[in-house]
Amino acid sequence: MSSSVKKKGFGATVWDYLTTVDHKKIAVMYLLGGTLFFVIAGLEAVLMRIQLMYPENDFVSAGTFNQLLTMHGTTMLFLAAMPLLFAFMNMIVPLQIGARDVAFPFLNSLGFWLFFLGGLFLHLSFFMGGAPDAGWTSYASLSLYSPGHGVDFYVLGLQVSGAGTLISGINFLVTIINMRAPGMTFMRMPLFTWTTFVTSALILFGFPPLTAGLILLLFDRMFSAKFFDVMYGGNTIIWEHLFWIFGHPEVYILVLPAFGLFSEIIPTFSRKRLFGYSSMVFATILIGFLGFMVWAHHMFTVGLGPTANAIFAVATMAIAVPTGMKVFNWLLTVWGGSIKVTTPMLYALGFIPSFVAGGVTGIMQATAPLDYQLHDSYFIVAHFHYVIVGGIVLGLLGSTHFYWPLFFNRMLNETLGKITFWIFFIGFHMTFFLQHFLGLMGMPRRVFTYMPDQGWDLFNFISTIGAFLMSAGVILLVLNVIITAIKGEPAGNDPWGDTRTLEWAIPQPIPFYNFRQTPLVRGLDPYWIEKQEGNKEGMVYAEPLGDIHMPNNSIVPFVMSLGLFIASFGALYSPLGVADDSRTWAIPVLVIGLVITFGSMIYRSLKDDHGYYVTVAEIEALEEELYGKKGGNK
Amino acid sequence: MAHDTPTVTRTSAQHEYYKQNNKATMQKQVVNFAIMIFLTLVAFSLVGAGFSANLVLPIILLMAGVQVVLQLYSFMHMEEKTAHEIGVVTMFMWTGMFFAFLMILAFVTIIWWNL
Repeated sequence: MSSSVKKKGFGATVWDYLTTVDHKKIAVMYLLGGTLFFVIAGLEAVLMRIQLMYPENDFVSAGTFNQLLTMHGTTMLFLAAMPLLFAFMNMIVPLQIGARDVAFPFLNSLGFWLFFLGGLFLHLSFFMGGAPDAGWTSYASLSLYSPGHGVDFYVLGLQVSGAGTLISGINFLVTIINMRAPGMTFMRMPLFTWTTFVTSALILFGFPPLTAGLILLLFDRMFSAKFFDVMYGGNTIIWEHLFWIFGHPEVYILVLPAFGLFSEIIPTFSRKRLFGYSSMVFATILIGFLGFMVWAHHMFTVGLGPTANAIFAVATMAIAVPTGMKVFNWLLTVWGGSIKVTTPMLYALGFIPSFVAGGVTGIMQATAPLDYQLHDSYFIVAHFHYVIVGGIVLGLLGSTHFYWPLFFNRMLNETLGKITFWIFFIGFHMTFFLQHFLGLMGMPRRVFTYMPDQGWDLFNFISTIGAFLMSAGVILLVLNVIITAIKGEPAGNDPWGDTRTLEWAIPQPIPFYNFRQTPLVRGLDPYWIEKQEGNKEGMVYAEPLGDIHMPNNSIVPFVMSLGLFIASFGALYSPLGVADDSRTWAIPVLVIGLVITFGSMIYRSLKDDHGYYVTVAEIEALEEELYGKKGGNK
Repeated sequence: MAHDTPTVTRTSAQHEYYKQNNKATMQKQVVNFAIMIFLTLVAFSLVGAGFSANLVLPIILLMAGVQVVLQLYSFMHMEEKTAHEIGVVTMFMWTGMFFAFLMILAFVTIIWWNL
């Protein structure tokens, strides 16, 4: 296997990435795919802000604005934030628990390709007659009557990429339950592994309602069913319930891993163990659990009645308790620590007040009577951007700096990183802080323009300037990545010097089989314990050096996903569809796509693949090539 | 070394033990299967006998619940106390059922009855 470190041709590299089942390479692909969609969705946001810069602006048309708005929300949540978090989960969780890979490497690859091809399909809508335009929530009363194929792209694209997410979620659950290194009990798991675990549980329970809702909408749109059509005895409210039963856990699916990432960064740079570890775990589980009982707070103004509104209002406010526990635990971790303000720490310190601001406005909206005033105003826009940008995006950017050496064995430039942080952070508050007041002044959300002299002009202008600053921040980060890729020196093992968890104990560059011997975990923050006891080897190991069993690469996940991608085009132009421009090739293409997918499933089921063994001799040869010494850990 | 399928050899005592075990499990599964078929028959005959819907509906729903639990514990191996991480599995199952119940309750009360 020593050939894996030699230079390969371009075609061989592409083939390697198409067929890989290695969690580290899949993590890199998630990072690239997520960044691509993040940049696209960010560009859509900038176009919208340019349109709203001046009253009665005509930079984009109302229809285009609706498409930008829908695609910005959908892409950011499903195709940018989640894959970027999956990138970190894939890279870090198996290393953090001392596993060789995830439990089902094949499914890991399948999850990625389903996400990517689903996302690609959704974005092809821009070139094939218009993107979805019914909002990221795609309420049935609106989306059923949307002309063209936009909403069909939404339904099919999300169905395909949602299947990928569900598969990945199940994979992480099984991995974390079954593949922890000896000594790593549940209550010794690092917080990022814990939040990944709870997030995966939320995916497991949260995505099926979305799938059910999307299937019903798909039948309504493409095969003239009437599930949501009130005129034929359907019920349009059911879509809203199904969507938000998924949609509310979705925001915790996004924010919990970000909490986990910050819970890794803050103790590292406070050089102190995480304050209140067990209460952090408890709070994570409680947030996940309560996340399923509050969905109707998105629908207070639907007219559910005072009883239902009161129940959901109280349940929503209850979530502030575990979230508050987390905030105080972070503060108390920082308190009295020997703080090193590196770029990731700067993001963490910026995150705490920003996220609290978003949380507090959330409690305001949980008050049902007040929500009648705030609903569908810019106040809501300000609230959820404070939570999502202030929580998740700051988490992603901070962790990009923190974990870059783990991904690529290079350090991102710290000075440039700090400049990026300040530009992005100031831009973020500039964009969204004033939107609270725009909302209170009565500016409705999702409007493509507004009349002058209502007191909204100046705030909208400032908000747009803030959006430009945020873009400048992201561009600087990309520049930082490019500079590092060209000039970066190998970062080596434990580049931050104060890291605590198992993923940093592994030698750099990481061999494809991760730890050559499974490490023994002797407590919370195992690497820190070993460092404190002067262990030069890195870790104590739980087994002697032996042959390592590894899975074979496979192209089947890609082919399986490609089949669904092809079938989606057939379903899109179904002869029974609402859009009324069916193609004669629609049904054959649908059938061909499904045959490819199910054929590759049958192939996979019938063909036994037991993987292969890396022998001790091969391991020693590879390690000599990587680290230039024989032996090493004994 | 590569591409080997692991083979397991058992002693005759082990073989006997597993044989006994499998027999007991098989008996239990046949009994449970019979109970489930019987419950299904009862449900069908209740409808066939033409009792009032107000009587039949709750009884059928109750028996459906019994069927679900039987299914989970006898055929989906939730009764195996020694199975790996069975506690986590059980917790996930019941949490999922609780969420599902909550959703059905919400749909019934706030969409269809409109309290």
